[in-house]
Amino acid sequence: MAMTITEKILAKAAGKDKVVPDQLINANIDIIMCHDVTTPPAISMLAEKAIDKVFDREKIVVTPDHFQPAKDIKSAELHKRLDDWAKRHNIKHYYKLGRAGVCHALLPEQGHIRPGEVIIGGDSHTCTYGAFAAFSTGVGSTDLAAALATGELWFKVPASIKFVLAGSLSHGVYSKDVILAVIARIGVDGALYRAMEFVGPALAEMSMEARMTITNMAIEAGAKNGIIGFDNVTKQYLDEHLKDKTDYTVYESDDDAEYISVEQFDCAEIEPMVALPHLPSGGVPITECAGKAMDQAYIGSCTNGRIEDLRIAAKIFKGKQAAIRTLIVPATPVIWKQAKDEGLFDIFYDAGCVISAPTCGACLGGFMGILAAGEKCISTTNRNFVGRMGSPKSEVYLASPATAAASAIEGKLTDPRGYI
Amino acid sequence: MAKAHVYKRDHINTDEIMPARYLNTDDRAELAKHCLEDLDSDFVNKVEAGDCIVAGEDFGCGSSREHAVWAIRTVGVQTVIAKSFARIFYRNAINNGFYLIELPAALEKISDGDELEIDYKNGLIKNKTAGIDIKFNPLPDFALEIINAGGLLNHITTKMK
Repeated sequence: MAMTITEKILAKAAGKDKVVPDQLINANIDIIMCHDVTTPPAISMLAEKAIDKVFDREKIVVTPDHFQPAKDIKSAELHKRLDDWAKRHNIKHYYKLGRAGVCHALLPEQGHIRPGEVIIGGDSHTCTYGAFAAFSTGVGSTDLAAALATGELWFKVPASIKFVLAGSLSHGVYSKDVILAVIARIGVDGALYRAMEFVGPALAEMSMEARMTITNMAIEAGAKNGIIGFDNVTKQYLDEHLKDKTDYTVYESDDDAEYISVEQFDCAEIEPMVALPHLPSGGVPITECAGKAMDQAYIGSCTNGRIEDLRIAAKIFKGKQAAIRTLIVPATPVIWKQAKDEGLFDIFYDAGCVISAPTCGACLGGFMGILAAGEKCISTTNRNFVGRMGSPKSEVYLASPATAAASAIEGKLTDPRGYI
Repeated sequence: MAKAHVYKRDHINTDEIMPARYLNTDDRAELAKHCLEDLDSDFVNKVEAGDCIVAGEDFGCGSSREHAVWAIRTVGVQTVIAKSFARIFYRNAINNGFYLIELPAALEKISDGDELEIDYKNGLIKNKTAGIDIKFNPLPDFALEIINAGGLLNHITTKMK
């Protein structure tokens, strides 16, 4: 019987020939991602149950990122608990300060994501890894604790929605604009409990980095996972990044697989988008909101803090000045070094931007660029909820790195197409 | 008897329930001081043990932080009644042994301050203030199994032994 890629991966992980939507399964987990906010409580839960083991020290990837480097005493204590635990269990892939980075940029870059596998992480944006034809979803601390101990977890198989991305992106339009347009159409619960499967020719023209921006925000439509099929672009990225385990299984949706609905997008029609406060579904074309004054620009995060994003921003900042305070946050140390080696830091410095160490930082209102009451930030991040980047009376506007950079230069929401 | 704290809002997210600026600790008593702070800064002063939160669609969307569930439980809320729940919040609640009630008519049948009596076993809310009985679908068996065990970790440790 026909299955979607999501169903096939879950069936394999559950040791079954076939699964159907809404079926409850127990799936084996291939990779577990752990960071500094949700893992320390999971460690404490396991300790309370006197469980002092992990299912496989080689299948766990640990990277503090949210409050990294430690922003205060309390977060330093979270980091210490994570560090003690990772060392005690001899976790093979433990990234410490200097090698730690924003988790969803770090794991693919360091070769921990393989097609056909099941990945969970104690972070809602774990859905990012679906860009690699894998099943990947975010969980809370209790699920994390259970999976760390047993290597399995219960799932309800999600029904899939197919998103057909037809056409080619116009000049100055990026994958961030596509996903903001998708969420603007279907709403923040438009894919609740569903798998969002992205297909279509527009994807073929996107790098893995651009694709990750799309799957990263599947959670912003309420989805359980976002997923993109395997192709030559995927293969090339994996050839360059996989290290110790280079074999993987490629699954693809059957032609007659069942979808609960199909959404068509003509990517050539999509304009640069800005999601207005206070939901990621608040996306409107820049032409409808240009001119609104901003106080800060933030370019970084698991959504848009990769090297390609920084290159796009640098191209726009070259020879220009930021009119508002602007933070550039490379998502990982490797990206940081690449940006430095390519001379992007000079461009950012000359434009008056500040360059931060890799961190989730202000994206979630942690530190390193917090907003005061009444302030507005144009941001390449993924959420513009009330209080997300600081004061509950501040506002966050979500956009691509190009729109954020152009807006930083003008000090107001600006169409990037005039700059590239 | 449970007093209803009604928020006529959809998409109440975990950033509003438990702002990230307080996530530098997982101490539940500390988290509870800020429960729902960015939605209703007075909530922690009004809420009493056994009360309910009532809301619209997609309650608990956004971040996977289980801190949101812990904060709500620690202030003594007995259940959240919402038109629908976001996926990860729903899982986190069940995994903590915390019962959620999905009720499409939540905002029509329950007003702020109403006194409720909830019969989880039979799926019945008696709204004493409005004088009406409201039926709901009890959680599915697999969820009840986890809740009755006192949460997912109890559930799996029993199985592991």
